[in-house]
Parts: sequence; structure tokens; C-alpha cells
Amino acid sequence: MRLATRLRIGVLVATVALVEGLCRAGVIGAFTMIPPSEMALSLWRLLRAGQVQADMRRTLTAVGIAVGSSIVVGIVAGAVVHALPRLRRTIDPLLAAYYSVPVFVFYPMFIVIFGLNDIPKVMIGFLYAVAVMIINTLNGLDRVAPVLLKTARVLRMSRAATALRVVLPCAAPYLFTGIKLAIAYSFIGVVGSEFILSSGGLGYQIGFAYHDFNNPTMYALILFILSFVLVVNMTLHAWEKALMARRGLR
Amino acid sequence: MNRVASPPILRSRAFDLVILSGVVLGLWQLAHLWGGDVAMTTPLGTLRHTVQTLASAEFWPHAGATLGAFLVALLLAAGAGVLAGALLGYHRLSGEVAEPVLVAVYSIPKVTLYPIILLFFGIGIRAEVAFGALHGVIPITLFTMNAVRNINPVFIKTGRILRLSPWALLRSVLLPATLPEVFTGLRVGFALTLIGTLLSEMFGSRRGLGFMLMNAIGLHNMDVIMSLTFMLVAFAGSANAALLVVDHRLHRRA
Repeated sequence: MRLATRLRIGVLVATVALVEGLCRAGVIGAFTMIPPSEMALSLWRLLRAGQVQADMRRTLTAVGIAVGSSIVVGIVAGAVVHALPRLRRTIDPLLAAYYSVPVFVFYPMFIVIFGLNDIPKVMIGFLYAVAVMIINTLNGLDRVAPVLLKTARVLRMSRAATALRVVLPCAAPYLFTGIKLAIAYSFIGVVGSEFILSSGGLGYQIGFAYHDFNNPTMYALILFILSFVLVVNMTLHAWEKALMARRGLR
Repeated sequence: MNRVASPPILRSRAFDLVILSGVVLGLWQLAHLWGGDVAMTTPLGTLRHTVQTLASAEFWPHAGATLGAFLVALLLAAGAGVLAGALLGYHRLSGEVAEPVLVAVYSIPKVTLYPIILLFFGIGIRAEVAFGALHGVIPITLFTMNAVRNINPVFIKTGRILRLSPWALLRSVLLPATLPEVFTGLRVGFALTLIGTLLSEMFGSRRGLGFMLMNAIGLHNMDVIMSLTFMLVAFAGSANAALLVVDHRLHRRA
């Protein structure tokens, strides 16, 4: 194992141990934070009692729809915009400014239009994720070397075959970055919306537990969301590395 | 505008912007036709109400509260981010240890951490500042770290040969070499800090524009929701455009 990796693990373990110690010693009060070991224990109990599964399903479904639709729409829109340079130049300022606008300010409007159900939060998750997918698709398509396209034409490959065998593999690393960010952004959109105002879901339950001074439940659910996102990101990262290694890159 | 002085590319870019605004306004008007007054106000109606809001007495204390919290958060994020980034960029091993952790923290949904912030800081301006700064500090750290790492070693060696004092080396070599990247980090941090501040006001606060928005939802006051949304988007968009111009200029010079 590399020195940096070992040190990193050491630092992380030490940090958790420090927080555990501070909580146990009472430096951090029980009303502020519970020890990390008790967070994990509380999550285990909640899962065994089956109290949170419905909210988990609801949130993960919303995130799943937001991620799926933003990936599909993002790639298609990215491909269309890439094919039309005039359009691209026109909407370029829009893409550059997109993430400076707090998308959550549209949430109240969506609630008024669609009602207080799961549609507004899926929309926010989608809006958060779709632009990063478009931007990364454009980046990926820009990186396809013209010589490869010419070679494909020389070999008389059909358009579909060119897209599948030349363009897609070349753009894949950028699409991967887009997908990873789309997942993270959809989570932010959905959970954030649930916090602000909603009728259910993990964000809602965390907010409820907070107002109820129910720290074990609140910290357990926060731990669940954070570890879920981390595991998904790390899995995608490992897969990406394996794909790159197979093609002899990196 | 002096038409002779502006190069053709600039004129056509301005033309693009006009087309873009026209299309957005048109879609907005169409959406209003489809959704009706219950769902949204028209572009013109929103503008009218925005002017009214800007003239009203109750708007300014809220806007001031948001701006105050945002600026303090941005200062904290920029100070801590640039300092931490410089140290991590300078000391390679710490940078290598910290980078994956920072990237992982950057990609987790930080909204989930908001209740923890509230428990530590209590409802109020301190929580808003802390949450805003939490959003902004990581990108600023990452960009600064990469900027310091990528300084051309030849610059530093030349500085040594010229026997520059550490202060002179910092001022005339290190700062100019890192400024473009650090500025990009600050631009990203600016946007994220604003999001963090507004989010914390929407979730739990008694003042600020985020609170005004939530209040308006409760009262189903479409005029207020639309004009506040319009103002925030306009503010964030134009601030970003201005920062982007500076950003491009710095990168082109470097």
C-alpha cells in the first residue's frame, strides 16, 4: 500500500476516534452530537425495525428517476448541441452561468405548479444534474480526434457503428465524470428539497428528527445517506479505473 | 455604444445574448399561458412586482441579512480555502493524503449536514455563515492546491538565483503564477457559498431572502416568489458573468 493511502486511512480513523472520544468525554454534548459508534448502532436498529425502508425507497426512487432522466436527456441534448455550433455558441453563456444560480429557488414555484408531491423534488434533482451531464457530453465529444472519424469514414462504417465504436469509447471518460456528478447533484437536489418542504423521504425524516430532538435517528439517517453516496461514487470510480486499465490508459 | 471600436465577434456575441434572452422570455410567456396566474406571473408582471419590491421597506432588511451572511461566509471560505490550499499544494505528501478526502467530501450532498450545523451553531446567522462557508471552502482549497502544485519550478529557481527575499518571491513570482487558477476557485466558491447561504435560510431562519421565499410559499404569494426568484437568478447570473470576464482575462494573460 502506498504511504499516502496508509496515512489517509490513519488520519480518518484518528478523526473518528477523536470525535468518539470527545462525545464520550462530554466535551461535545449529547444534544449536539452522539458518538459515531452509536450512530452506526442506531442505523442498524432502525433498519432491523423496518421503520425507515419506506422513506429510503421513496428518496432513492426519486433520485433514480432524476439521475436516469438527466443522463438520457443530458447525453441527447449534448449530442444535438454539439452537432449545431451556432446553437452551441448561443447557449454557451447559459451553461457557463447555470451552476451559479441556486436551483432551489425554483422549488417553491414547482410546488405551486405540481403540488406537494414527489414531482417537484424529482424536477429539482433533474435540473441540478442535467446541465453537468450536457457540459461533460460536450467536453467528451470535443475530445474525439478528427483522424479517428476520418478513419471510420475511410472504412465506410455506418453512422450508428461510428457512434458506437469510435465516438462512445473516446467520450466515455467524460461521460463517466458527468454520470458521477449527476448522481451527486441529484442527491443534493432531492434531499435538499425534502428538507425544505415535503411530505416524506429521508430528508424529511432527518428534518423531523431534528425538530423532535431525536438525535439517534437523525444521525443514523445522515450516516446512511453519506455512506450510500460514498459507496456509489467509489464503485463508479473503481469501474472507471478498470475500464481505463483495460484500454491501456493511465 | 461605439460600433466602430467593437470587434465583429463581440457584436455577434451580444446578438447571441439578445436571441437567448428573447427565447427564454418567450418560453416563460408560453409557460404562463399554459399554467395560468396560479402557477406563475408573466415576465412583465414579475418585472413590475420586482420594482415594487425594491421600493418597499420590508425587502431591504432581509436582503441585507442575506448579503451580510453571504459576504462573511465568502470571506471565511476564501481565507481558509486559500490558506489550506497553499499549504497542501506546498507540502506534496499532505496534499496527496488530503485530495481524495476533499473530493469525496465535495461530492457528498452537504444539505444532509445542515441539521448538524444547526445543532452546533444554533438557528441564526452563525449557522448560515458556517453552512455557506462549508459549501465554498472545498472548491477554493482544491483549485488553490492545484495552482500551487503546478507552479513551474523554473520560476522559483530563477527567483532564488536573483536572490529575491521570501516576501519578494511571494509577491512577484508565486502570486502572479497562481492567481488565474485561484481566481477560478474563488468564482466557483462564490456561487456555492451563495447556494449554501440561501439554503440555510430556507430551511431554518427568521430572516433573509430564503426566509421571505418560504414565507411566500406558506401564503401562496406568487408575486413575491416570482420576483424574488427573478432577482436572485439575475444577481447570481450577472455576478458570475462579471467574474467570468475577469477569469478569462487572467487566464489569457498567464
